[in-house]
Amino acid sequence: MAESLAPRLNAERNEGPVFWVVGFVLLFVLPVLNVLPAEDSWLHVSDFALNRFGKFLAFAILALGLDLIWGYAGILSLGQGVFFGLGAYCMGMHLMLAIGSEGVYGSALPDFMVWNQVTALPFFWEPFHSFTAAILAGLLVPAGFALLFGFLAFRSRIRGVYFAIITQALALMAWLIFNRNETNLGGTNGLTDFKTILGFRLSEPGTQFALYVITVLCLGGAYLLCRWIITSRAGRVLIAIRDSEQRVLFSGYSPANYKLFVFVISAALAGLAGMLYVPQVGIITPAQMGVLPSLEMVVWVAVGGRATLVGAIVGAVGVNLGRSILTNHFPELWPFFLGGLFVVVVLLFPDGVMGLTRTVSEKIAKRNVRLSKTPAVEEEQA
Amino acid sequence: MTEQGSIIYLEGVTVDYDGFKALNNLNFIVNHRELRVVIGPNGAGKTTLLDVISGKTKPAAGRVIFGKDTDLIGMREYEITQLGIGRKFQAPSIYGNLTVWENLDLSLSRVSKGVLFTLRGRSTAAERTHINEALATIGLTEQAFLRAGALSHGQKQWLEIGMVMLQDPELLLVDEPVAGMTDEETAQTGRLLQSLAEKHAIVVIEHDMEFVRQIARTVTVLHEGTVICEGSVEKIQADERVREIYLGRQKVAHA
Repeated sequence: MAESLAPRLNAERNEGPVFWVVGFVLLFVLPVLNVLPAEDSWLHVSDFALNRFGKFLAFAILALGLDLIWGYAGILSLGQGVFFGLGAYCMGMHLMLAIGSEGVYGSALPDFMVWNQVTALPFFWEPFHSFTAAILAGLLVPAGFALLFGFLAFRSRIRGVYFAIITQALALMAWLIFNRNETNLGGTNGLTDFKTILGFRLSEPGTQFALYVITVLCLGGAYLLCRWIITSRAGRVLIAIRDSEQRVLFSGYSPANYKLFVFVISAALAGLAGMLYVPQVGIITPAQMGVLPSLEMVVWVAVGGRATLVGAIVGAVGVNLGRSILTNHFPELWPFFLGGLFVVVVLLFPDGVMGLTRTVSEKIAKRNVRLSKTPAVEEEQA
Repeated sequence: MTEQGSIIYLEGVTVDYDGFKALNNLNFIVNHRELRVVIGPNGAGKTTLLDVISGKTKPAAGRVIFGKDTDLIGMREYEITQLGIGRKFQAPSIYGNLTVWENLDLSLSRVSKGVLFTLRGRSTAAERTHINEALATIGLTEQAFLRAGALSHGQKQWLEIGMVMLQDPELLLVDEPVAGMTDEETAQTGRLLQSLAEKHAIVVIEHDMEFVRQIARTVTVLHEGTVICEGSVEKIQADERVREIYLGRQKVAHA
C-alpha cells in the first residue's frame, strides 16, 4: 500500500475501526451500563452521567464544524457560540410554546412574557409551534446567517486576525441583543422551565435516554459528513487555502466560495449542537452564546488537535469532562485551569492531544520498512 | 505584430500607486508560443506587469486583451486562471501540508473548480497519467508522496512550475524562477522553460543575465513602468539607454 496522503491526513485514514469502536461504546456499552447494573454498582452509569455525556457530545458536534473551518481551512471563527445560540434558541422557543398553560401564570404565553407584560405572542414566535419548523429553523437560521455574514466578509477578502475580531464582535453583539427584554427572548434569564418535547416529559429518564441516543446518532452523522468533505478534493482545497490562499486563486479556485461553504456547514453543525443541548440541559441563556463560550469552543479544538476530526471530538468531550470534575471540587480554579491549558497546548503541543499520539505512532512507524510508492493507490482516495 | 496574432496584448496600461506610476502607459505584446524575457532594474514594474495580466492588480487606464478578444480588466484572478493564464511566483508558492501529488492534482485544469464539483470529483486515469508525466518532467517522481513542505527550495520552485504546467495555460507568467538556485538547478530550469515554450507562450521575469542569455530569444527592457527597448539579447546589450540604466546614470535621454 502506498501512502497518497500527507502524514497529517494519514492519521485519519485508519479511523474506520475507531469510528465503530467509539460508536459501539457510546450507543451500546454506556446505555447498557445505565440500564443493567444495580445503582450502587461501580459499573453503573447514572442517568445524570449519561445526560451530562449527551451534553458533551452535543458540544462535540459543534467542535467538528469549528475544526473544519479553523483546523482545515485555517479561518479562526470566534463567533461559533452565536450559531450555537441561534440553534438553541430555535429549539428553546418551541419548547417554551410546548409548555402551553402549564406555566406559573397559567397563560398560553411563556411566563417571561407575562412577567414583561407582553399580551400577544410576537409574530416571529408563531412558526415555532411546529416542531418541524423549529428543527428546520435551528439549522437554517444559523446557516443563513453565516451565509450572509460570510458572503460579505469573504468577498471583501477579510481574513486572519481581522476575521477573528469581527466574529468576536458578532458574538458580543448577539449577546447584547439576546440580553434585552425587548427582544422577547427571555432576556438575561433566557428560556427555561421546559416541560415536554413532542409530548414526552423532559423530566422522565426515558426521554433523556432517547435524547442521548439521538445526540450520539447526530454526532455520528456529523462526523461522516465532515469526513466526506475532508477526504474529497474539496477538503484538499481547504488545506490549500490554509497553506497559500494566493496559490489557490492562481490554481483557478475561488477561495471565497470554499470558505463560505465551510463556514455555513460549521454554522449548521453549531445550530444542531444547540438544538440538542437545550432539551438535555433544560435552559439556554445569552451567557451560552457570547464571547467567552465562543472562545472556549476554540480551546476544545486546540486541545484535541486541529485538523483531525477525532481530535475535535476528543477535545470537546475531554475539556468539558475536565470542567465538570474541576468545578465540582475546585469551582474557583476552573478559569485558571482553562487558560493554563490553552497556553500549555499552544506553546508545547500545537497539534493537541492527537498531535501527541501521532508523534508517538510516527516514531513506531519509522522502524517499519519503507512502503513502496505507486500512484495507483490514488484511485482509492481521490 | 497584430492584435489578432497575440496571446496577450497590453495597450496604454497605467498602474498608479498613490501617485507613483508603477506602470506608465505601457504597451506590451507577446505572440503565441513565444518565450519572452522581461528585465529591468528594481522598481521597473516587472512584477506589476504580471500582476496586471493575472488580475491581481487593476490598472487605472489601458487595455489588457487575452487571445483574440478577451478583455481581462475587471476579471478575478481565478477566472483569469481558468481562461488559461498560469502564474509562477517569485518565492515558491505551493501547498506545504499537501503531498507533491496533491499539489499537482489540485492544479490540474478541470471542467469546473466549483465547490460542488470538487466535493464529488474523482481522478480519471488520463489525469493520473498526466500528473505522472509532469512529475517526470520536473524530476519529482521519487518525492510524489512526500509532504511538499519538506522539499528543498529548488524542488519547490520546480513543483510550482509543474503545477502551473498542469493548468495547461496558453500563457505562463514566471517571476524570477532561478532566484536562490544552484548553477546546476538554474541550467535545468532553463531547459525546462525552453521545452515548455514549444507548447505555451511564456513570459519570464529575470535578473540573472547569465540565465537570460541561456533562454532568451526576445528580451523586453522595462524602466520606470515603460518599455524602453525590445529585441534580441545582442541588441539589448548594445543599446545605449539600457547600459545607462544598468550603470545607474539617470540623466537618460528618453525620459
